[in-house]
Amino acid sequence: MNNILILAGREFRDGLRNRWVMSATLLLTLFALTLALLGSAPTGEVKTSPLAVTVVSLSSLSIFLLPLMALLLSHDAVVGDIERGTMALLLSYPVARTEVLIGKYLGHLGILALATLIGYGIAGLLTQWVSTGSLEADVQTWLPWLVLMASSILLGACFLALGYLVSTCVHERPTAAGIAIGLWLFFVLIYDMAVLGILVADQGRFLTPQLLSWLLTINPADVYRLINLTGFADTARFSGMAALSGHARLGLPALSAILLAWTVLPFVFASLIFQRKQL
Amino acid sequence: MNPVRIELQGVTKRYGDSVAVQQVDLRLHAGECVALAGHNGAGKSTLIKLMLGLIHSDGGTVRVLGDDPRSGRAPARLHVGYLPETVALHPAMTGLETLAFYARLKRQPVAGNLALLERVGIARAATKRVSTYSKGMRQRLALAQALLGSPRVLLLDEPTTGLDPALRQNFYEIVNELRAAGATLLLSSHALAEIEGQADRIVVMKNGCKVADGTLEELRRDARLPLVLRLRLADETPEGAVTLPAVWQRLEARRYEWRLPMAEKMNALRSLAALPAEVQDIQLVQPGLDEMYAHFLRREET
Repeated sequence: MNNILILAGREFRDGLRNRWVMSATLLLTLFALTLALLGSAPTGEVKTSPLAVTVVSLSSLSIFLLPLMALLLSHDAVVGDIERGTMALLLSYPVARTEVLIGKYLGHLGILALATLIGYGIAGLLTQWVSTGSLEADVQTWLPWLVLMASSILLGACFLALGYLVSTCVHERPTAAGIAIGLWLFFVLIYDMAVLGILVADQGRFLTPQLLSWLLTINPADVYRLINLTGFADTARFSGMAALSGHARLGLPALSAILLAWTVLPFVFASLIFQRKQL
Repeated sequence: MNPVRIELQGVTKRYGDSVAVQQVDLRLHAGECVALAGHNGAGKSTLIKLMLGLIHSDGGTVRVLGDDPRSGRAPARLHVGYLPETVALHPAMTGLETLAFYARLKRQPVAGNLALLERVGIARAATKRVSTYSKGMRQRLALAQALLGSPRVLLLDEPTTGLDPALRQNFYEIVNELRAAGATLLLSSHALAEIEGQADRIVVMKNGCKVADGTLEELRRDARLPLVLRLRLADETPEGAVTLPAVWQRLEARRYEWRLPMAEKMNALRSLAALPAEVQDIQLVQPGLDEMYAHFLRREET
């Protein structure tokens, strides 16, 4: 446990030093603020929480941004250290390989979580303050926002784990980068387009709504979308996913569990492969 | 004999079809400094990696401090220091932070770190980032991390490449201190001459096989390399004006060479007095480590 904390601390501090944390936080804050302030403007007349509107636009952004950031951080984590030689030195110390992997992972997750909390936190507080003039609101208003932040971190955790799996499997850094980009394209863009294409071509003969929602619960990016866009009545109405949310029978706990599984399983595989890896 | 610290028995390691190390037996004792020599790709680094448990052997047994280094979190690793061939340290950390990080992993107090940096001569740069260090300074910092916790076994992969002569001197002082304290040291190198006088024993590797193992004297005797005498005649001496005994081979104008077995050295030296007056200079060339080394590598080929 001690070793894991030492390693996580080092990884996190490295992120602070090489400006990763800073640029990630700035990027997220900037995007979140832009979307929050622009997005809440047209709803001024409607009696909906401006926060809910911002959750919709921000979650669409997160789907692209967070997996990308997570993969950028993680694809290099193992193969990069092996190529640089730091891994061989580290493993000559009395640390278990699993500890090395978990420690590094937690450090990276800390970087991502901090950037998300600061970036989206500022945007959320500002949105609420600009629209209502105060930060006082009931739990119901804040809940979608809190869920957005928590699920964003969980989405990041998924893709971090996927990145670690890629990084332990390959032998060269460029390969890891290539596969990471491929994964990102697949989960974030291609998967949805493919489902959409099938949906259009199929004309509802074979692809039942049940099958569709099942297809969407396989992809972590879509699970994230389901959590944030259909989880609450307000956001579902705004995102145009109200119809879909009717079919999605899975609640927040189940959807979170899927994301968690997408985190744990790749990581366990990565750990098993790393155990057998010859440096 | 001191207790055995590292023991390899019939160790073989393959990478796909190529054999990196083949049937190597090796024993390293406490208080011993052993040089591991061989050209690039001879299997030196592979042996060290096997001892560290970074890779698994395909046959034979490896024991370090009585433990199998593969067994994950071997407690024996607390007492092993390693200096990698390519020094890889995190550039964003300062020297002191780097050492603190590794000291914590080795469960050592960080209090002694500054003294350790002083010992390797980079105390003044302790709070500067590693990215600002020169190659020699990085090498010293890497050496400092290997010395953490006074290890009983030190595996140093090409430790002196990139060190200037003054630093090398400093490095061997540290090596000698450690050896005197009873540590086992393994130095790998492809420049044998550098290790001359430092190592108690020399192990020569070639294409993954151990081709020689012994003290410098033993290897010298074993190699039976000739002694070389070189002779130069005065510049104005015309070609053919001087007749030398038949043992002298002509190299070029006014330059001759005599190769003779070590045992005849004294007789040969005595006979030099009888050479004609035109002989201006005589050089005596002892076979150095590099020639011996080349000899062992050649011998295996034939």
